[in-house]
Amino acid sequence: MTRYSIFSLARNALTSHKNWTEAWRSPDPKPHYDVIIIGGGGHGLATAYYLAKEHGITNVAILEKGWIGGGNTGRNTTIVRSNYELEGNAHFYELSLKLWEGMSQDLNYNVMFSQRGVINLVHNDAQIDAAQRRGNAMRLNGIDAEWLTPAQIKERVPLLDLNGGGRFPTVGGLCQPRGGTARHDAVAWGYARGADARGVDIIQGCEVTAITRDGNRVTGVETSRGTITADKIGIAVAGHSSQVAQMAGLNLPIESHVLQAMVSEPIKPCIDTVVTSGSGHLYVSQSDKGELVFGGDLDFYNSYAQRGNFPRLEQVTQNLLTLFPAFSRLRMLRSWGGIMDMSMDGSPIISKTPLDNFYINGGWCYGGFKATPGSGYVFAHTIAQDRPHPNNEALSLNRFETGAVLDEKGIGPWAKLH
Amino acid sequence: MLIIDCPWCGSRAQTEFTYEGDATVERPNDGDEKAFFEYVYIRDNPSGWLDEMWQHTSGCRRFLKVRRHVTTHEIAGSAKPGDELPEVRHD
Amino acid sequence: MTDQTFRHSTGGAIDRTQTLQFTFDGKRYQGYHGDTLASALMANGVRLFGRSFKYHRPRGLLGAGFEDPNALVQLRKGNRTEPNMQATRVELYDGLVAESQNRWPSLSFDLGALTDLVGKLFPAGFYYKTFMWPASMWMTYEHVIRNIAGMGKSPTDVDPDKYAHRYEFCDVAVIGGGPAGLSAAFNAANAGLRVVIVDDAPELGGGLLHRTLEVDSQSGATWATDVEHRLRAMDNVRVLTRTTAAAYYDHNMIIANERISDHLPIPTAHTPRQRMWQIRATEVVLATGSLERPMVFAGNDIPNVMLASAAQSLAVRYGTKAGERTVIFTNNSSAYAVAKDLSDAGIAIQAIVDARTDIPAEDVVMAEAANIGILAGHVVMAAEGGKHGIKRVQVGKIPESGAPDIGDATLTIDCDLLAVSGGWTPSVHLLSQSRGKLRFDDEKTCFVPRLSFQRERSAGACNGTFDLASCLSEGTAAGIEAANEAGAKATALPVPAASTEAPMKPLPLWSIPWPEGNHDKRFVDYQNDVTAEDVALAHREGYRSVEHLKRYTTLGMATDQGRTSNVNGLAIMAGLRGEDIPAVGTTTFRPPFSPFTLGAVAGPEINEHMAPIRRTPMHDWHVAAGAPFVPAGAWLRAQAYPKQGESLKEAYMRETVHVRKHVGIVDVSTLGKIDVQGKDASEFLNRLYINGFGKLPVGKCRYGVMLREDGIAYDDGTVTRLAENRFMVTTTTGHAGPVMIHMERHAQIVWPELDVKIISVTDDWAAIAIAGPNSRKVLAKVIEGLDLSNDAFPFMAFSECTIFGAPARLFRISFSGELAYELNVPSDYGHDVWQGLMDAGADEHIIPYGTEAMGIMRIEKGHIVGGELNGRTTADDLGFGRMQSTQKRYIGDVLKDRSDLIRTDRKQLVGLKPVDGVSKIPRGARLVADPNGPRPVPIEGEVTSQCESPHVGSPIGLGMLKSGRQRHGETLIATSPVTGQDVPVMVCDTIFVDPEGERLRG
Repeated sequence: MTRYSIFSLARNALTSHKNWTEAWRSPDPKPHYDVIIIGGGGHGLATAYYLAKEHGITNVAILEKGWIGGGNTGRNTTIVRSNYELEGNAHFYELSLKLWEGMSQDLNYNVMFSQRGVINLVHNDAQIDAAQRRGNAMRLNGIDAEWLTPAQIKERVPLLDLNGGGRFPTVGGLCQPRGGTARHDAVAWGYARGADARGVDIIQGCEVTAITRDGNRVTGVETSRGTITADKIGIAVAGHSSQVAQMAGLNLPIESHVLQAMVSEPIKPCIDTVVTSGSGHLYVSQSDKGELVFGGDLDFYNSYAQRGNFPRLEQVTQNLLTLFPAFSRLRMLRSWGGIMDMSMDGSPIISKTPLDNFYINGGWCYGGFKATPGSGYVFAHTIAQDRPHPNNEALSLNRFETGAVLDEKGIGPWAKLH
Repeated sequence: MLIIDCPWCGSRAQTEFTYEGDATVERPNDGDEKAFFEYVYIRDNPSGWLDEMWQHTSGCRRFLKVRRHVTTHEIAGSAKPGDELPEVRHD
Repeated sequence: MTDQTFRHSTGGAIDRTQTLQFTFDGKRYQGYHGDTLASALMANGVRLFGRSFKYHRPRGLLGAGFEDPNALVQLRKGNRTEPNMQATRVELYDGLVAESQNRWPSLSFDLGALTDLVGKLFPAGFYYKTFMWPASMWMTYEHVIRNIAGMGKSPTDVDPDKYAHRYEFCDVAVIGGGPAGLSAAFNAANAGLRVVIVDDAPELGGGLLHRTLEVDSQSGATWATDVEHRLRAMDNVRVLTRTTAAAYYDHNMIIANERISDHLPIPTAHTPRQRMWQIRATEVVLATGSLERPMVFAGNDIPNVMLASAAQSLAVRYGTKAGERTVIFTNNSSAYAVAKDLSDAGIAIQAIVDARTDIPAEDVVMAEAANIGILAGHVVMAAEGGKHGIKRVQVGKIPESGAPDIGDATLTIDCDLLAVSGGWTPSVHLLSQSRGKLRFDDEKTCFVPRLSFQRERSAGACNGTFDLASCLSEGTAAGIEAANEAGAKATALPVPAASTEAPMKPLPLWSIPWPEGNHDKRFVDYQNDVTAEDVALAHREGYRSVEHLKRYTTLGMATDQGRTSNVNGLAIMAGLRGEDIPAVGTTTFRPPFSPFTLGAVAGPEINEHMAPIRRTPMHDWHVAAGAPFVPAGAWLRAQAYPKQGESLKEAYMRETVHVRKHVGIVDVSTLGKIDVQGKDASEFLNRLYINGFGKLPVGKCRYGVMLREDGIAYDDGTVTRLAENRFMVTTTTGHAGPVMIHMERHAQIVWPELDVKIISVTDDWAAIAIAGPNSRKVLAKVIEGLDLSNDAFPFMAFSECTIFGAPARLFRISFSGELAYELNVPSDYGHDVWQGLMDAGADEHIIPYGTEAMGIMRIEKGHIVGGELNGRTTADDLGFGRMQSTQKRYIGDVLKDRSDLIRTDRKQLVGLKPVDGVSKIPRGARLVADPNGPRPVPIEGEVTSQCESPHVGSPIGLGMLKSGRQRHGETLIATSPVTGQDVPVMVCDTIFVDPEGERLRG
């Protein structure tokens, strides 16, 4: 693996960049691997990386139906945070945030992780209560959280209308200073390069069509590029979790929904932190290229279309302009959609399954991107050691049977509402 | 945006409706915990045609069944909860 | 002011009698009505329009319309300023002010161009390879990057303009008003159908307005104007000009953004600036045309290297000469008509450099007739010049196949304009958004429509049909087909005669090797500065799929979304991969087709209209009384009623004391009220609640708790039996909507066999709670037809009655724990009944009280609200375990016994009091043994409600605590690190006042 640095960049500039090598190989699949990871998104790639790095397991294949990072890793709004209330989530996401903090150096790939802070605006008294209660849990769990007054928020977010258009005044906010954003594609590419360098085979254009079983064990997969056997199989396919799990005979507590996101044309810096609001469900930040990146709720109907409809764009934009009236004359450049794997309690599943050697990672709802390194780390542990890491013990598949669900918002078993 | 045919009110835009979910799940009659667990939590979540419930919340407040392809968003038709949905046309 | 030296004295669709003044980068110019900002600047000899994103290279116009990626300006000032406006689409108006972007200190001398000098350090994706050391410096590097990035500037003031939303329904929507679109619309309209035709330009006509073509023995532009007039005169047609069809959504919905007044200095009074149309069409005809693309060669971004169609448009439509001496470089036949038009406009054509070795006969004839020389089988290998324009080109023979890097330039030609045609790309964006499929046509070297998914069809250039006569006939056929599919019986009108145009016969040539000695960058994506070398680098490093190529190099991700670059980029990648273009494929086409204003997307429902506000029937009374309001969901509720000079807190503390001592009324209209009727109504409610309602007598109320099917407590309220088959159910304010749906779901789908009907009556009844020792006395004065004595009307009784002559319902229920009643009257009577009670209770010292006092009293009584009923607590957690019936089935009864829900160490509802009897219990605090212990500190529970209690004489609170019921008397710390508070508290019973409930039942 050619090391990346300003020195190698300068050196290669002298030879017109003709000597850079492939970031990852494109090998043909072998007939057998120790571990197959189905799903070449951020989570699958991170899992393979940590299997190799932390557990010395390198005879691993990642099978990706399309091109790596082509699913939600390439479609999210890039927010990274660990400001969760419930313990099962808080410790997991904080592990992930700590891994974010060294990721570029660890992978030798600049993922542009920018800890510019995440501010959750609140707009009424009940929301103050809930936000401070969450912030207090964060602090007691060793996670950074600060309460901000409206004046302090206005100082950091000058274009915010504190009066909220007369409808949703900001009465305070909970800030996680260590939260922020990252360059989503770079995370997939960085983990891919790192995993590949350690011997992991990344097989793109390889769709799994069947999972073969022998009693309570999985033995391998049928794919568009042939049959491959494995000692262990883990799946990290987000919105397609139900389909792939059903190939192994498992049914999941997941519904797939469409989530849209939008960017504006690039403009000079005008918002330096990530802002979310409980006035509806809105999140906005500005990328390093200058685009406003924003989004809100699901469209609220099951979908694998990766595209939604106009009412959601209307509603999210109405929310954005009510809080940021100065943005009215900017233009939306592009909108798109992804397939959100919504779990029945709003929290992810990183778990063993009733099958002996089959492991699942899915049900991410809105929380997938920020979890990428933590998810890969604990999923690798779960697969390598055949038992969960302390930080994903609570994220077990059987929590729905026992009632030990992790329902941050207290919504209940309605996937789309989480 | 989607057009949904309410069997009582006629064709309306999706914004008049609230999505309920998979229409094929049925509440168990007896007290079997496994059956209730599956009723509440487990979903087929297909990527093709789905029979789903919507509620005409901004209209007649009735629930209706819709047969929709969840990848293309084509709708084959809708029906009252107790009635049959139209077959999918393969033309 | 400079005069318009490059303006032709005649010709063009501009009005030379209307001179307009405008300013660009502080300099004043003149133009004419009908100009765009770009055409007017070109007429004034301006060639430098902007600086590119990364390298800050000087840039001129590439296209004359949509497709231009370079000439982006900051338009207008102050609260109407807008960044990133395409000068080629800004209609000139008098007094227009614009500035170039992304340069400092000036457009002509931009320090940013230093990055071009060291450009080799900044290939595509360079930032992924560096800025990683030291780790602590990343935010500093990033700060610099962020300030260099971005293009124009966001406004900082509120937008003064308004935006409207409109809905339209039609039989046939025609997108595009060129020859194909006009034919389709006119035929469909002629069949009597309701037709909408949409075009981005101020007039219909499309390409006919920018070229010299003939239709029906007149100029194409005149013919188009005539058809437009006729369409506008038809009742069944809506013509939308200055309207961009931006998105194609499910079920044939098209979103189109109309710019009503952007061509004026400011919008006319009482008119929105823009309108967003949501058009639902039975059938759609896509006639969206095509866009020319350039070729990729050294120096292809030097100002005045532009698309051939741009030079043509400037000459034909805007009467502007883009130069004096031009070279035309092409790989297809469309450039020959351009040569003729430019020649007619007085521009000297030095040569047509045609990459094709075999030139079609028609092209040779046209060139000879105009006395223009052709260099067949030759290519432009380099453009050379400076920031104020091109000076010469290096030309050589087209290289042999094998795509060498370096070629052999044999000829230099001086010129001040290079017009390039690299082929045409049908605009298939809307088709693709609608899920239509494409195929690559090798003969036409472009992607064309292959399969429709929704009810649409393509006609004209967007369908790969480029000659005028075929566009007219194809548009006619499409319009007729759409009309017939929509139910008409349409017959086609005769297709008008038109200029013949030769087929394009393009050569699939995308990029050209460097000449010896000139390694200037060869641009693929102009705005994001992506070069052919960057595409090769992406390929070399393994970013070979079309999406990886795009994301790694940012090709196609700029504001022009790759209009002139996507096809060239993927063709180059295909060549590197040794595969054909379809194997590489395209990236996904996403809405909007062209960026649309956020204000237009939002429309009028912003600010106070973003979400509805619900007001109770007594709202005005509370306002007049000076009450501040607090939101409860969408509702506004009166918080308290401060007297003169009273603070809010003084007011509600006074109210609390007063109600427990005398009497007070509070507006409780916001609670959900649901009317449940039917023979099976009691059975239905029995199945919903954990406690029994099957035997609730008529005229009685009962408190009920309902679970979700997963066994978690969902909501609480009172159920009152109004009659044998009729109940009134109340819910919490916050859950009224969801509980209603919950009940409707079970009545309609789960138990359709039950005879039960449900209706929400929350807004039909005003609800007033009257509470305090004197409440009975006050009511006795005004309630008619009811004996209110304790025996006749005990706690939890109900009766209909009359109050001030109005029909009423009286419930003896109490949230405050005092002797209390809840009165319901039809909403219209609410205000007057409230006032009437205030008058009637004067002797009893009646006062109004608000949500704060109500909140204190309910905490004093240990009543739960949303903080406790938070969607994660069970009935047993909340102390209602024993209320769960063992005699019947109800929702949640099965899953409530899952192992985690019956653990003994679950958090249970407890009361809390500060150990020192004085310190306020911090809101949102957590309950821990030692807040200063090592992280993570074990969290035993949390404070869910808290207040200062005048009756207890100290602050109190409610909370959820692990095994709480076993821990009364224990001390813990209520800690709130985010506000820096730690208060030792003692765990106690949840009821602080009148635990025996004597006041209730008296």
